Amino acid sequence: MIPTLISRLSKFFPTLFIAFFLLNWCSTGSAVTTIPDWKKSYLPKSDAWRKTAQHFVFNNSTEPDTIDPALVTGVPESRIADALFEGLISLDPKTLQPRPAIAESWKISDDGLRYTFYLRKDARWSNDTPITAPDFYQSWKRVLMPETGAAYAYQLFPVRGAEEFAKGQLDSFSDVGINVIDNHTLDVQLKSPCSYFLNLVAFHTLFAVPVNIIKKYGDRWVLPENIVCSGAFTLKSWKPRQKIELIPNPHYWDGKVCKLERVTVLPYDDLDTAYRLYLNGDIHWMPSIPVLKLDEIKRHPDYYAMPYLGSYFYRLNVTRAPFTDVRVRKAFSLAIDRKILTEHVLKGGEQPATWFCPPIGDYAPIKGLTYNRVRARELLREAGYGTDLKRLPDVEVLYNTSEGHKKVAEAIAQQWKDNLKVNVSLRNTEWKVLLNDMNTLNYQISRSGWIGDYGDPNTFFDMFVTGGGNNRTGWSSDRYDDLLQRSQLERDTAKRNQLFKQMEAILVEEEFPIIPLYIYVNKGLLRDSVYGWFENIRDLHSLKYVWLEE
Amino acid sequence: MGFRTILRKLQGDQFRYVVIRLIQAPVVLLLLITLSFFLMRFAPGGPFMLEQRTDPVIEQAIRAKYLLDKPLSYQYWSFVKDLLRGDLGPSFKHKNRTVNEIIAATLPHSIYLGVIATLLAAFLGIAAGLFSAIRHDTSVDYGLMACAVIGISLPTFVIGPLLQLSFSIYWQWFPLAGYEGMAKPSYIILPALSLALPFAGRIARLMRAGMLDVLNADFVRTARAKGLPETIVIFRHTIRGGILPVVSYLGPAIAQLVTGSLVVEKIFQIPGLGREFVEGALNRDYTLVMGTVIVYGALIILFNLLSDIMYGVLDPRVKYV
Repeated sequence: MIPTLISRLSKFFPTLFIAFFLLNWCSTGSAVTTIPDWKKSYLPKSDAWRKTAQHFVFNNSTEPDTIDPALVTGVPESRIADALFEGLISLDPKTLQPRPAIAESWKISDDGLRYTFYLRKDARWSNDTPITAPDFYQSWKRVLMPETGAAYAYQLFPVRGAEEFAKGQLDSFSDVGINVIDNHTLDVQLKSPCSYFLNLVAFHTLFAVPVNIIKKYGDRWVLPENIVCSGAFTLKSWKPRQKIELIPNPHYWDGKVCKLERVTVLPYDDLDTAYRLYLNGDIHWMPSIPVLKLDEIKRHPDYYAMPYLGSYFYRLNVTRAPFTDVRVRKAFSLAIDRKILTEHVLKGGEQPATWFCPPIGDYAPIKGLTYNRVRARELLREAGYGTDLKRLPDVEVLYNTSEGHKKVAEAIAQQWKDNLKVNVSLRNTEWKVLLNDMNTLNYQISRSGWIGDYGDPNTFFDMFVTGGGNNRTGWSSDRYDDLLQRSQLERDTAKRNQLFKQMEAILVEEEFPIIPLYIYVNKGLLRDSVYGWFENIRDLHSLKYVWLEE
Repeated sequence: MGFRTILRKLQGDQFRYVVIRLIQAPVVLLLLITLSFFLMRFAPGGPFMLEQRTDPVIEQAIRAKYLLDKPLSYQYWSFVKDLLRGDLGPSFKHKNRTVNEIIAATLPHSIYLGVIATLLAAFLGIAAGLFSAIRHDTSVDYGLMACAVIGISLPTFVIGPLLQLSFSIYWQWFPLAGYEGMAKPSYIILPALSLALPFAGRIARLMRAGMLDVLNADFVRTARAKGLPETIVIFRHTIRGGILPVVSYLGPAIAQLVTGSLVVEKIFQIPGLGREFVEGALNRDYTLVMGTVIVYGALIILFNLLSDIMYGVLDPRVKYV
């Protein structure tokens, strides 16, 4: 199905030259000179789109908790926050490389500790006031202030003093490594080199928000009547559980790129209903589809499936028998044939994985240990379990209630029963109960998943640091902690990737606090009249590039 | 004892009954609030527990912002105090709205849906029951009662998509889902119908039974013997008696239609209170759940009371004890 999308996107390449000419011809002279080459390739190659009404409708699948970029934690919320606000840096819609946004350029010092951002002079808020370096200073300060309650404040922790300030150990914000040089220059000092820092700057937690407006209206500043935006769109209306409407921000510095005249964001959480609306022609894009209808939807020409920066795995509680024994953990991982899972249970093009971290940029994962039930049984015998030895205790898989997770758990339980002769029971709980049980290590095996927050393997590997909040397995390894720390200080990409591979090997070849299962794919439906929408592993689709053409 | 004294005595009884019920209501509501408050807090997991584990210090700051770091008794009393001032507090999940705002925004939609559904249910049910009773033991009767049983037994999550498939996708008469308020009533027809059908079925059966009961009564035989036309016999003399079981059922039914619409709200994506209730509970949005519990509790108590009173007004035989 991926080829359909690619062919759809690529069918315009032959017209590239004519289009290039047209683009020059139809735009004003000054505008053309400011559009960099990388961006040109994402713009329409002809004027044909002008014949189509530029009203884009997509189903966001849920009512957003908030659209305040500092507080947003979920994907549906970030789709709106990313349209309304912008940071110093934005990511290339296709390659996810850092690109200039409100900062037109930046400089990184040789030791990697100092970042200087040069803001463009024409960046303006939607109320036509300039966006300046002090705005970013105030916005970032707000993220770190405890009373803001920003769950993702740690995105700023690479900055010197930021973590201490957020935790109340530092009284004055002036000791944090964020300094305004002048109205258009922001200087940031890190506590140690952080090779993915630009990725964090492009993340919505670090976007520019209008702090004076927030002071004036409090929590209600994001309502349509109060909001002031820094991004390509502004908020026209927000009817809870009905729809959110976005219109172009007339003062956006890159407004000439924006072609959509209206965006309707539907919060429909009944995906069956949304699918019927899609079939009816009422929706352009469905980023989530009803999984139980996958067989039917896969036959639809608009269906797409693309690799995603997410890993589906099982956590093992290493503090509870029998998983205190590494040989048992390894046996349970070896006893799963993941191909059966992806090809006969999931069927959505998921990639079976015996490794944890998906490929990101230059990082290619190690292979891990593949299915080997003979070796798995040997390992159990070595651990002292077998028909003539002591009986392997019953195990329980905990998962949050969902048809999809249930099917996966059933398939895996069956394989363990067949291959290891162990009794496996399944227990489903509500999502919050699962999180609570994981946090308190009240489980044996638990269903888990992880979606990367930024395009760097660190977002996966720092989970399993000793005592880390996302570890949730009770597992700890000095060697792993040491490798992680070294990777965070290492500036050479190749060397860093080597360190990541060593960490991966500890996770999936030696210690097995987790059992990796598969790499996610993003499945959705996209009408063929939608252009400027690009595949990427983070499922980020900047609306400012999107246009419609019948 | 003359007629007037009976009436006065009855009114006295009724008055006393209403007063007692009105005193009972807040007590019941307070019990409900207290029970829900503590049940909610004892559910595992909290409103700020995310898959991405929040740093303990930051989580502490967030909890302090919502008073969750205080002892439970303190939280309870502060909730009750705020409640007496009519303030239900901020929503934990929807960070830019208060619970008062959420209820004010969603309850009217649920009431609108509930009222239209009640009207549809009453109209369809009474008409079907009436015809069945008049054409008692004929194929019309059997046909209508079969429909009623189907309506009662089919769950709304089956009726809803069936209506969508037929009326929206196949015939394209009504919008498939969505909501545009009273400005575009076409959006409310299908959801109201799916909500109404099970109730219409029950009303039809009650109406039929009630009518048959009265049609065999002596005073109806007298009316017929006087040579009155059948329409007058039916509409003037029997409906008033025959409709009584329906009236007693309508009170709880309205409450159920207004408060029990969450499945229909989800299928047709109507921004009503029912979905806030369910999602609030799943998200551990304590304040939002309390707000919806109070609204639902008050509505159910109110409609049950109203239906009891109405029953007494229509049927002089009812005694209040």
